[in-house]
Amino acid sequence: MNSTWDALKVLPYESRYLCLLVTVGTYLIGRAIQRRYKSSVVNPILISIGCSILGLVVFRIDNKTYQQATSGLSLLMTPATICLAVPLYRQFELVKANWRAVLGACLTGVLCNFLLVWLVSRAFCLEYEQYVTLLSKSITIPIGADVTQELGGVVPITCGIISFTGIMGNVLGSSIMSRLGIVSPLAQGLGIGVSSHAMGTAKALELGETPGAFSGLAIGLTGVCTVLLAPLAASLPL
Amino acid sequence: MKYALQFSIILAVALVGELLRAVIPAPIPGSVYGLVVLFICLSCGIIRVSSIEDSSKILLELLPLTLVPAAVGIVDSLDVLKSMAIPVVLLATIGTALVGVAASGAAEGIIRFSKRGKK
Repeated sequence: MNSTWDALKVLPYESRYLCLLVTVGTYLIGRAIQRRYKSSVVNPILISIGCSILGLVVFRIDNKTYQQATSGLSLLMTPATICLAVPLYRQFELVKANWRAVLGACLTGVLCNFLLVWLVSRAFCLEYEQYVTLLSKSITIPIGADVTQELGGVVPITCGIISFTGIMGNVLGSSIMSRLGIVSPLAQGLGIGVSSHAMGTAKALELGETPGAFSGLAIGLTGVCTVLLAPLAASLPL
Repeated sequence: MKYALQFSIILAVALVGELLRAVIPAPIPGSVYGLVVLFICLSCGIIRVSSIEDSSKILLELLPLTLVPAAVGIVDSLDVLKSMAIPVVLLATIGTALVGVAASGAAEGIIRFSKRGKK
């Protein structure tokens, strides 16, 4: 018994496939459950992240080992994001016809995000350094990390809250929007992309090509808007 | 070899994106440049949709999974996150919902307004 346990404990170090299999396997199980019960609370990404983290903690595997084992997946992140150009290309007539809505959604989202971060920072008496760390929470990690660096915040916290935000965006999807009467697939896609970058966009793609395309578009635009406007937001008095 | 060829085209675009990121002094990741480059190539007919369609479908299906490792990386920053746990949790949950509703609400409003204008 003891030796089996010991063998299990070293397995992640001996073979890279265990971590990879847990990550992909729990995602697939999550998808199966989601389909069976048609519930948005059951979220494949959340299940996969949760089980992976639980595995790391229970078996005391360090994150570096996990990251190496799953580097094949992370490597595909950039090519997969680039492929969002395909639905965007197919939907471009719709984008052109609705460019006002696209810009309006991005600007509203970015400003609303800054306002919320500012209000929360004031309410909790956060320091400037903590305030600017949270400003780029809704944009994609590579851009957000740079913005935080530029403004003098703490980069690992920014990456943490960005991931957290993405997971929430993916879990929520369009459920709240639909309930509030925001039913246009285009508007839903924009809302998801503006608030929760690529992780939310993954959900938007499940809802359809139109929400997927607009969500993908919103990742880039929101990122750029945040880069341009974050210095202004950072200069607000706390 | 169909998939190998399609995948290579996408990887080539990714490479161009990363090169642009290295050359242009702005905090924009290679994936966003790559997205723009692929879009331009598709629009100008340099790359036909049919020549990347199948592989892009697979990659888009994998997109959520490719984001998992980065999110699991949270475990390393849990200690620093703890120092400001309540604001972080508030912003990530309620904050994300509010930003999404505000942005989509603005879009929906603009769409309805412009439709009414046309009538």
